[in-house]
Amino acid sequence: MAKVSQIEDPQFWRAGAISIVLVMLIVLIMLTVDSLAAITVGGSHVPPYTVINQKIGYKLESSRGIDVPTIGEKELLFQHEYTPAEAEALIDKGKLVIQSRACMDCHTFFGNGAYYGPDLTKAWLDPAWEGWKGITGAETRAEAMTRFLMDPVKYRTWGRTMPNLHLSREEATAIVAYLKWMAAVDTNGFPANFGQISVNQ
Amino acid sequence: MYRSQQLALKYLAAAIVIFGAMVVAGLMSAYYYINPDFLFGLLHFNISKTLHIDTLVIWLLFGFIGAVYWYLPEEFGIEPVGIKAAEVLFYVLCAAIAVVTLVFVFIQYGPSNEVGMWLVNQGRKYVEAPRWAAVGIVVVMLVFAYNVIGTAIRARKITGIVGVLIVDLIPLIVLYLDAFPAARNMSVDLFWWWWLVHMWVEATWEVLIGCIMAWALMNLLGTSRRIVEAWLYIEVALVLGTGILGLGHHYFWIGTPQYWLAVGGFFSAFEPLPLLGMVIHAIYDAGTHHMKTTNRPAFYWMLAEAFGNFIGAGVWGFMMTLPQVNLYSHGTQWTVSHGHFAFWGAYACGVISVCYLVLQKVRGSAFLDGITWRWAFAALNVGLVGMVGALLISGFAQAFIERAQGGSTLEAFIAGQENFWFLDGMYARFAFGLIFAAGYVVLAYDLLTIGRRLPVHAMAVAE
Repeated sequence: MAKVSQIEDPQFWRAGAISIVLVMLIVLIMLTVDSLAAITVGGSHVPPYTVINQKIGYKLESSRGIDVPTIGEKELLFQHEYTPAEAEALIDKGKLVIQSRACMDCHTFFGNGAYYGPDLTKAWLDPAWEGWKGITGAETRAEAMTRFLMDPVKYRTWGRTMPNLHLSREEATAIVAYLKWMAAVDTNGFPANFGQISVNQ
Repeated sequence: MYRSQQLALKYLAAAIVIFGAMVVAGLMSAYYYINPDFLFGLLHFNISKTLHIDTLVIWLLFGFIGAVYWYLPEEFGIEPVGIKAAEVLFYVLCAAIAVVTLVFVFIQYGPSNEVGMWLVNQGRKYVEAPRWAAVGIVVVMLVFAYNVIGTAIRARKITGIVGVLIVDLIPLIVLYLDAFPAARNMSVDLFWWWWLVHMWVEATWEVLIGCIMAWALMNLLGTSRRIVEAWLYIEVALVLGTGILGLGHHYFWIGTPQYWLAVGGFFSAFEPLPLLGMVIHAIYDAGTHHMKTTNRPAFYWMLAEAFGNFIGAGVWGFMMTLPQVNLYSHGTQWTVSHGHFAFWGAYACGVISVCYLVLQKVRGSAFLDGITWRWAFAALNVGLVGMVGALLISGFAQAFIERAQGGSTLEAFIAGQENFWFLDGMYARFAFGLIFAAGYVVLAYDLLTIGRRLPVHAMAVAE
């Protein structure tokens, strides 16, 4: 009888609830400390902003069984080598542009946001930009992206047209830098097989 | 009636109005997928989407706040403290929501600097509202917490439900403070953003609606406080026990370490447990009362809450929560399917149930029933389940074609979006959205008139 009354006693369950919540919170705090170290710029998963001065790739790492970014030789963005301070300022501007135009309410970043436009996690690496160099008359991928962002209605892609968000050249440049830096973040293989399998196959 | 309860009526009425705004913005957002040239150059998808999801958060919050203001004086037998400030803030908040809506519709974008963040649009999903409005929400929540805690102190009494509510209000307010920063690093930004979004929706809100449903169960079925409170603690243990580390299912792909795949996958796989518990509880309570109640709409909406929460949040969430599946489903219409079902089941049905319970008291109806609420119940649930099914079909097509087959490039994205399975899903979603909208209109009419008309049983006797 005593056992039954304990199970019906709210105090018993309250003690259980408090214990479980405290244990989970402690574990969460420990994992948070570790994760923040990994995702801080320059940490194990997030590259320094100056990575925009280098060539970014994405390939299968057999030991982990997932696609990971690769950081290669020097590949300047807009023919300019950014110092750490310049790169940080540019990325800072890029993030503010992305927020001010509510990009995340059409697109996704790391798969988070809205689903009307394509995911932008590895947009810098998209093979489509090679074709866009011809369409926009640009010599580099970065310049093609900049021209597209400044007047997306002119370079209409498909049924859904990206609206003209009245980006200045400085703002469009900052977004391009942001996308290049973001492509170098280790996202545990998301998105899988990016750009490696043709949709027509 | 206490002043707090009069304020509750205002909050609940405003909640239903904002619910209507959410439906309109939702229909618009659905229509863009069918006709991408809709309002092109005037109002784009991202604004209608923003309005849709922000009004979702606001109407549910209004519903929760209204429910608490209704039950608080009944819990303590006294007028809640500080209710005058709460009354003033209600109007301030409504005005602020109207201003933010006008800014979103007519100004849309601000400069890419701090001024834009403070005055126009923060551009972070769910917390797009400019910072000045976010400050207002913090003030409203602080006064709300003062009303609850101050009343408990004045009454020199603390019940199990109020104890849980008070503890829950702390993270509810503290986590919202993440609506302000704009971390340059997207990984860090999303890391804390998920503390806000996940810990609100999958933790603190679940506890908050648990407290409200505990009051509602005592009110509706006369369930004993001892059972309700024991159940509430079990629910808190299960919701937070699985949900706190279940946060990890949002940390699979944002740049966080790989161990989150295991941690998030494991704990979120257990997240349906408390929701299954609620279904068992609801079936048990309904069975012991032989499905008899004096408030049939509230009773059925509460059952819809239990089942909808389990299926929408639990089953639909489980379906895509393991990382092996989530790698392909994350950020597709599959997610949208889960989101619609989960918010509906976990929160919307509960708020509607409370509205009927409150109206029964306000209109002095001994027995609340009728035909109209059944039409609303049917249309809203059929519309919602239809939308969820349609979105799931589109989501499956997208996951296979764009993600698994195509490797997520722009070309693969377009191939997925133009696939006939995807498009058929979008048309079906819009059609079911119209049924849902019709259900909303009937619901609003019923809430305005139920209890003022003769119940069907009384009409039958009169004839």
